Amino acid sequence: MGLLSDPHCRRALSRLVLRLNTPLCLLSYLLGLGWFLALPLPPLAPRTYMSENAMGSTMVEETFGMGERALSYAREFAGHKKKAGGMPVAWLERTMWSLGLEVHRQPFTLTLPFPDETRERYMVKGTNVYGILRAPRASSTEALVLSVPCSPGTQNNQALGLMLALAAHFRGQIYWAKDIIFLVNEHDLLGMEAWLEAYHDINLTEVQSSGALGRAGAIQAAISLELSSDVVTSLDVGVEGLNGQLPNLDLLNLFHAFCQKNGLLCTIQGKLPRPEGDSLPAYAHSLQTLLLMVLAQASGRPRGDHGLFLRYRIEAITLRGINSFRQYKYDLTTLGKTLEGMFRKLNNLLERLHQSYFFYLLPSLSRFVSIGLYMPAFGFLILVLILKALDLWMKLSKGETGNAERLWDGDHGVREVEPRPGLLALVPPLVVCHAAGLALYFLPVLGQHVATQHFPVSEAEAVVLTLIAIYVAGMALPHNAHRALSGGGSDRGWMVLKLVALLYLALQLGCLALLNFSLGFILAATMVPAAAAVTPNGPRVLLGVLLVLGTPAVTLLLTIFLQRELEEAPAGLGEGWQLFLGALGEGLLQHHLYGSILYPFLALGAHPCWLLLWNVLCWK
Amino acid sequence: VVEGLALLDLGVSPYSGAIFHETPLIIYLFHFLIEYAELVFMITDVLTAVALYLAIQDFNKVVFKKQKLLIELDKYAPDVAELIRTPMEMHYIPLKVALFYLLNPYTVMSCVAKSTCAINNTVIAFFILATIKGSAFLSAVFLALATYQSLYPLTLFAPALLYLLQRQFIPIKLKSKSFWLYSMQYASLYLCSLVVIICLSFFLLNSWDFIPSVYGFILSVPDLTPNIGLFWYFFAEMFEHFSLFFVCVFQINVFFYTIPLAIKLKEHPVFFMFVQIAIISIFKSYPTVGDIALYMAFLPVWSHLYRFLRNIFILSCVLIVCSLLFPVLWHLWIYAGSANSNFYYAITLTFNIGQILLISDYFYAFLRREYYLTHGLHLTRQDGTEPMLVLK
Repeated sequence: MGLLSDPHCRRALSRLVLRLNTPLCLLSYLLGLGWFLALPLPPLAPRTYMSENAMGSTMVEETFGMGERALSYAREFAGHKKKAGGMPVAWLERTMWSLGLEVHRQPFTLTLPFPDETRERYMVKGTNVYGILRAPRASSTEALVLSVPCSPGTQNNQALGLMLALAAHFRGQIYWAKDIIFLVNEHDLLGMEAWLEAYHDINLTEVQSSGALGRAGAIQAAISLELSSDVVTSLDVGVEGLNGQLPNLDLLNLFHAFCQKNGLLCTIQGKLPRPEGDSLPAYAHSLQTLLLMVLAQASGRPRGDHGLFLRYRIEAITLRGINSFRQYKYDLTTLGKTLEGMFRKLNNLLERLHQSYFFYLLPSLSRFVSIGLYMPAFGFLILVLILKALDLWMKLSKGETGNAERLWDGDHGVREVEPRPGLLALVPPLVVCHAAGLALYFLPVLGQHVATQHFPVSEAEAVVLTLIAIYVAGMALPHNAHRALSGGGSDRGWMVLKLVALLYLALQLGCLALLNFSLGFILAATMVPAAAAVTPNGPRVLLGVLLVLGTPAVTLLLTIFLQRELEEAPAGLGEGWQLFLGALGEGLLQHHLYGSILYPFLALGAHPCWLLLWNVLCWK
Repeated sequence: VVEGLALLDLGVSPYSGAIFHETPLIIYLFHFLIEYAELVFMITDVLTAVALYLAIQDFNKVVFKKQKLLIELDKYAPDVAELIRTPMEMHYIPLKVALFYLLNPYTVMSCVAKSTCAINNTVIAFFILATIKGSAFLSAVFLALATYQSLYPLTLFAPALLYLLQRQFIPIKLKSKSFWLYSMQYASLYLCSLVVIICLSFFLLNSWDFIPSVYGFILSVPDLTPNIGLFWYFFAEMFEHFSLFFVCVFQINVFFYTIPLAIKLKEHPVFFMFVQIAIISIFKSYPTVGDIALYMAFLPVWSHLYRFLRNIFILSCVLIVCSLLFPVLWHLWIYAGSANSNFYYAITLTFNIGQILLISDYFYAFLRREYYLTHGLHLTRQDGTEPMLVLK
């Protein structure tokens, strides 16, 4: 309080902000980026550790040995799947029944808002089949889930085989305190969403499912398994869920601990672990892994079927078996032992996983960066916006009193009465920009039929192209509405608008960073320089280019290229453009199907803000 | 309220459940109006706005008359021409006050949520209207009604009394007989109406159940559901044997500021009323955003203080950011399960600090203007340098 009320201090602070504004902004921005780049280094990224007491050690006696049985189940499933041309529901039910599980099926139907070209589906009809292993001596109040997606073609057959073998093995044990649900979901995420909604008896999306659902109590944890080969060289873990939500770090620690116990090679982001060291290659490797996680989290797409569990406060991860060219292979027995160990430890849980971190970044599987250590990077980026806003405010107040030095405490001197445009001059740009945002949100999906009638494109293409068209049209909107109101053409007008735009941007990015840090950080890193620098008085072309480079669409394009680069499969321009269009369609679909917030945020929040800044640039 | 009505229909005392804590008059009001609930809340908001409009219109006339009197009595320094308020600039203030109340997002949220805070606001607005018009009887009745609804408007007794004394041109001296006579009259009007309302409630429900349920609930804070106030987190963390002490401390905190403010602001009772309403809505045991909307509606009345406000930019940013972060962190805590109550309480604390700083900023600006009015705008020290005004 003393800082704000002591007049000497205020004067010093205001002088600091006014005189050193640009250097401070630059310094803050570089500090923010530098902090982020320093995150993989050991002081900021400590080793992971198990926080939950109940899952302390890996001391369990795994007795799984049915690797061959798993393979035979897999082959049977493959045969039946081919014959049925989809999910062999009857065979699955029969097999699960013979294993002693309580079998249920859940048919569901859903119509997508527009056809999904990548997966070739529009009106989806499927069935989920799941079997519940009831714990022999406990009341069915809690459950664990092991899920396997039923994919078309020859994928994930071995996963199902392993799941059935595990079910057979688990059925013979007496130590289960929680029920185990073995779920086979069709149409990957759609089926999973249908099952979760029916299980929790809520209606988030428009999927319709029928049939009385057998329940097993509150689900404590879930593991989704994807395995398409008889032997694996490594096991990859996927953590990112819908909207960038992450499971509790303890679940990852559990996975890592059991992989180490069984000698299984485990990876994250598909990158093999590098031996620890202080060398530059080690740092580059950690940074690559970190960036891949940031990009995956920012997109808001679930990494695997587990991503939809997190919304219901169920900790979940996806395990993916990878068969590469490495020499040392692991068979299904080792994998089964690892899973058995994990499930036994999860069985020990007394309460939901809550001890460890929910917000973290992973430069490698054994190191993590917690929220307290990565938020300052974002804070420095937002500081740039705040400094600029303070600078504008002080300039505006100075303009009011017309007295340079003795601003804060003295209101001496003659007051210059300038024609103040007032807040009314702000209304047209704000209304126009938000109307553009609303159009961007509603029109693509609503107008797809109109578009297909007039243009020779399919619906999915129509939606994406409408999106791009409205986006670009926003830039070409006539922004001279402010001239209609008196005093709008003055300097004060654009300064007030820029102030509002900066605060609006800072507010949105702040709220976003709390929900999905990676998205907030990436948008901040790209939009903040343009937002801070934009002014109608400077070099117009340069600032225009900077602003266009900072727009969310271009950020999306560049991050697609960056991601492919980091995955060591660089994409060419044409391929990148196709991926970009695919990503736009995917974003729209994810919003309508699962409630992803990326698309509404960009359309209704970031885009109007960016248009306001474009307005400031084109003020004269 | 709905549960209370259901219990009443069953013939059981509505206070036997743990949820209903409104007064019997409210329950009888809604007994007849429950089907038109949305309409009722919209009408109460409109009534509040109209009451505030008329009150501020009258208040402006009073302010202008007083200013004229002080100019004629030469109480003002010679060079304060720019600080004098003109009827031109004061013309639109009542409309701005009404619009500030109606268009405030907090008011809209309260109306949509159908919070009974809207009814409390209406009663307080009518009390302010009655006080400014000078009717001691109506003022006492509305104040009694407001106190009956939620205990805290008791503290508004002091500013109302000061205003009515000023209006009657009775000087505020402790030895003056007319001062004590008028105060006794007003106090007795207030207490009698309060007693009448409480007895009426007793006869409505035939039991004294409502007293522990309503007033005991407000004072002892048993329900710790998170809200935007300061109480719930403290009492959730506290050990049982300390809770009585801290309840007393927190409750004294609300009532405590009346006396110092009365001494400092005795010449400006309406500003005192504004500050008192703000203090009630920050420090009461179960605040809601509707309470905040009420005192924010008064801000246009003090728009002439704008040039003396020092932190208005930062404070408005803090308040807006916190209001927007409330739902985000609530979602993260309750729905996503990734955060916990500490995150939400941090925002609550920041929001309340922002409000407190806003009120103290206005307080400082008001006093500063008064100082300038009497001592002149261009101040110099003995050696000719520019002095610094410090609030002590």
